[in-house]
Amino acid sequence: MSQPTPASATPPGGHLLDLRDLHVEFRTQEGVAKVINGVSYHLDAGETLAVLGESGSGKSVTAQAIMGILDSPPAHISAGQIRYRGRDLLSLPEEQRRQVRGKEIAMIFQDALSALNPVFPVGWQIGETLRQRLGMSRADARRRVVELMELVQIPAASTRLGDYPHQFSGGMRQRVMIAMALAMEPKVLIADEPTTALDVTVQAQIMDLLADLRRDLDMAMILITHDLGVVADVADRIAVMYAGRIVEHADVRSLYRAPAHPYTKGLLNSIPRLDQRGGKLATIRGLPPNLMRIPSGCPFHPRCPYAQQVCVDVVPHDLVLGDGRTSACHFAQEVRDDRTS
Amino acid sequence: MTAPASPGKVRGETILSVDHLVKHFPITQGVLFRKKVGAVRAVDGVSFELRRGETLGIVGESGCGKSTLARLLMRLERPTAGRATLAGRDLFAASGSELRRIRRNMQMVMQDPYTSLNPRMTVGDIIGEPFEIHPEAAPKGSRQRRVQELLDVVGLNPEHINRYPHQFSGGQRQRIGIARALALRPEVIVCDEPVSALDVSIQAQVINLLEELQDEFGLSYIFIAHDLSVVRHISDRVAVMYLGRIVEIGTEDEIYQRATHPYTQALLSAAPVPDPDAREHRSVIRLHGDVPSPADPPSGCHFRTRCWKAQEICAIQDPQAVPRAADPHPSACHFAEVRPTAI
Repeated sequence: MSQPTPASATPPGGHLLDLRDLHVEFRTQEGVAKVINGVSYHLDAGETLAVLGESGSGKSVTAQAIMGILDSPPAHISAGQIRYRGRDLLSLPEEQRRQVRGKEIAMIFQDALSALNPVFPVGWQIGETLRQRLGMSRADARRRVVELMELVQIPAASTRLGDYPHQFSGGMRQRVMIAMALAMEPKVLIADEPTTALDVTVQAQIMDLLADLRRDLDMAMILITHDLGVVADVADRIAVMYAGRIVEHADVRSLYRAPAHPYTKGLLNSIPRLDQRGGKLATIRGLPPNLMRIPSGCPFHPRCPYAQQVCVDVVPHDLVLGDGRTSACHFAQEVRDDRTS
Repeated sequence: MTAPASPGKVRGETILSVDHLVKHFPITQGVLFRKKVGAVRAVDGVSFELRRGETLGIVGESGCGKSTLARLLMRLERPTAGRATLAGRDLFAASGSELRRIRRNMQMVMQDPYTSLNPRMTVGDIIGEPFEIHPEAAPKGSRQRRVQELLDVVGLNPEHINRYPHQFSGGQRQRIGIARALALRPEVIVCDEPVSALDVSIQAQVINLLEELQDEFGLSYIFIAHDLSVVRHISDRVAVMYLGRIVEIGTEDEIYQRATHPYTQALLSAAPVPDPDAREHRSVIRLHGDVPSPADPPSGCHFRTRCWKAQEICAIQDPQAVPRAADPHPSACHFAEVRPTAI
């Protein structure tokens, strides 16, 4: 490899991955959809950050921006920085960007069946990176692929190299995709809804596997999900997204104990609990906003039970609540201390 | 609207009774002379009863046969064997006008609100279509008014009767599907994963709506879902399915507090709980491997290949879903016992 690889050490005091005020818009014929509106978050080595949000909140687009795989057009990064080990990925030429993608930051997708190529054997697909990027011989790549498949606990790995994706079950396919992402030994793994398409018992297996791999390989992980249960099981910190913004950012325990944003609070109240027999579920009234016409002030104000005039007029900034918690709500403190709902 | 249940129909009496229902899909080989070489045992001897005004939750993982069961009950598939009666009428022997009467009494809400509504029909036509098939349910002149009433009942604006499905969000579309199911004032509604395609904040709205409608019209629900928390929330009784069979059935308390079947216990323990403090003191059972193919299920107990309690007897003798010593609700396990920490 002739291209310089990114600096091997994180600068002192800096974060491994640091998003600063990222803005992404989709320029379409009907108008401009503001999909990401100033997202900042950071990730340190060895930690798991959960990015939680509903459809259209921008959680996957943020991940695609980090990977540099946004479809553009229509997507356009209008402002912001994505700093990896101190260098802004967005200002790198494509060839250097390519050295980061897969090697430093890798991604696994929700739907393994459509992410895998149906006409090539899985062994060939996992080994493709090894041959292309590391210039491994077929035999070496094959040996390494078997190792990777064993690492993700695919039984009888050496006999299944030649099998095609459709011959694997949903959980095994997801393992194949994880093996593929791990081929270049990335430092950051982005998992975009990795278990949404899977059954409960298989979901548990995959989440266990991801947690073990993260620990054993000392990776940092960004877990993108809509499932509050999965987050509570594995994440260290959590960033809640709504209408392209991070509305609340906290460590997992404090957030579940006392959410400080009305949206987070609404979400936590609206899920039925396995360990509780509930009465009527609390709901969040209304619908998420159309991203071409985001409401003025706080984008959540039309649905918010705490909303006042100030919420219509002024965009709330992140309010720091101590312990590294922030909440983008004018009434963050009141919401956090309000235990009535 | 008036409640569909007429006087004399007592809440709590059995409305739907299913007895040893079996559906095998043949696996064939050859082009000209299609030879049967095997069968996918999608539903393999399912029995249960549904009472008036009650919700029976059916949980299980993909391939356990829960959707095939729904299709059988709706008479979209013919059973290989077994019987079912709806309000005393034989579901599978009926034909002609008798079948139409039965179908009027049992409707379905589908999983995907994007594909289950015809994009070229207006909302009014979609909800009013049942009246075309069952003209006796609403005289022609009153149909528009009935459709608007239905829109109102499910929380949509009655003035939107001429809009098309794409003008509605996912949650609103599911409400349209529910209005269509209510149109003929059925007594039983089969809900096949009605909220799994919806976002969390919308899911709660639809669950609440289903519960309100049940109280208002005295409906009985068969509620099929893979999400154990949703099922617990809405169900009075719960049946757990595995590879075409009901392995355990009981009240919401019996299943979630005193489950005796290992599969139910594993399912409950694997489901994530939105409480980070529970992380440490939950003892989780990890099942290994995948569900075996329903074309070639294991002998004896279908679950034995993944069960940590399996003994020789499990391969030989098929455990029946009968009351067990550990707890009086039916459980299909030779070694049924209550686990101290269920969830």
